[in-house]
Amino acid sequence: MNGGVDAAYLVLGAVLFAIGAAGLLVRRNLLVMFMCVELMLNAVNVTFVAFASALGDIGGQVAVFFVLVVAASEVVVGLALIVAIMRRKPGATADDISLMKG
Amino acid sequence: MSVESVVFVIAGSICIVGALGTVLFRNPVHNALSLVATLFGVAVIFIAQDAHLLAAIQVIVYAGAIVVLFLFVIMLLGVDRTEKLGIDPLGGQRPLAVVAAVALLGLSLTVLLAVGSTVTGQEAATGDPGEGAENIAKLGEVLFTEYVLAFEVTAVLLTIAVVGAVMFSRQRKADLIDEEEFPGLEALLAETEDETEDDTEAESEGVEAT
Repeated sequence: MNGGVDAAYLVLGAVLFAIGAAGLLVRRNLLVMFMCVELMLNAVNVTFVAFASALGDIGGQVAVFFVLVVAASEVVVGLALIVAIMRRKPGATADDISLMKG
Repeated sequence: MSVESVVFVIAGSICIVGALGTVLFRNPVHNALSLVATLFGVAVIFIAQDAHLLAAIQVIVYAGAIVVLFLFVIMLLGVDRTEKLGIDPLGGQRPLAVVAAVALLGLSLTVLLAVGSTVTGQEAATGDPGEGAENIAKLGEVLFTEYVLAFEVTAVLLTIAVVGAVMFSRQRKADLIDEEEFPGLEALLAETEDETEDDTEAESEGVEAT
């Protein structure tokens, strides 16, 4: 494949990952933090697909498939947890959930 | 510029603008909608890379299901209040977070671009991704032969996720009973709950005593 285009996909994946990481560290709203995690997962998926097409290996696309499944189940459990937390403490942010702090 | 480059520039800028919106907007609904833009951009990039099945799954599962789930929860919790981004409870957290993210970007770029597409120079072990409809057939074939164990495990994972979600988000029993329709039932349940609470109290006292 064209080497230049491939590098551009990798750069896009890295930039998306960094934006997601920054959001995860900066934001305190639980839902928004969760969306940033999704952003990071998608950045990794972009990289996987770029390598899959560059190396001609379908294994990368299978990995993306499994990342999608894990992301879906993670969202289901995570949102249930957020609903449970919000029911107990309305308007809670990440700073309010420090009960398990050592 | 080739068609591929034009598609990449457009889809890539949609991705990055959407990602910035996801991080920077104050209203959670706007964040979720920006996330949809990013996910669509990623789907276009998948199509540009001949991953047609993944692009379809991306739109259906991510944009169609996951973000809608996010929106449901946002509406359910009534989180129409916006976050005050001016308050920084941990001093210096924001600048440090940005520094950390830039460092992460530099690190991943170094690794990805240094390694590039010649990791080992070996050709694919599991086969070529193929083009068009061929891609779907090949992905299915590999999924049900080489990765069949992982596929079965994902089925278990999804079952566990559903059970976990029900367990976390269910209401307490007493809240679900309609008092007008079943008078007295709640009092009965409360009695049995008192007993169990007494038990746990006794246990916790025992723990404290030791």
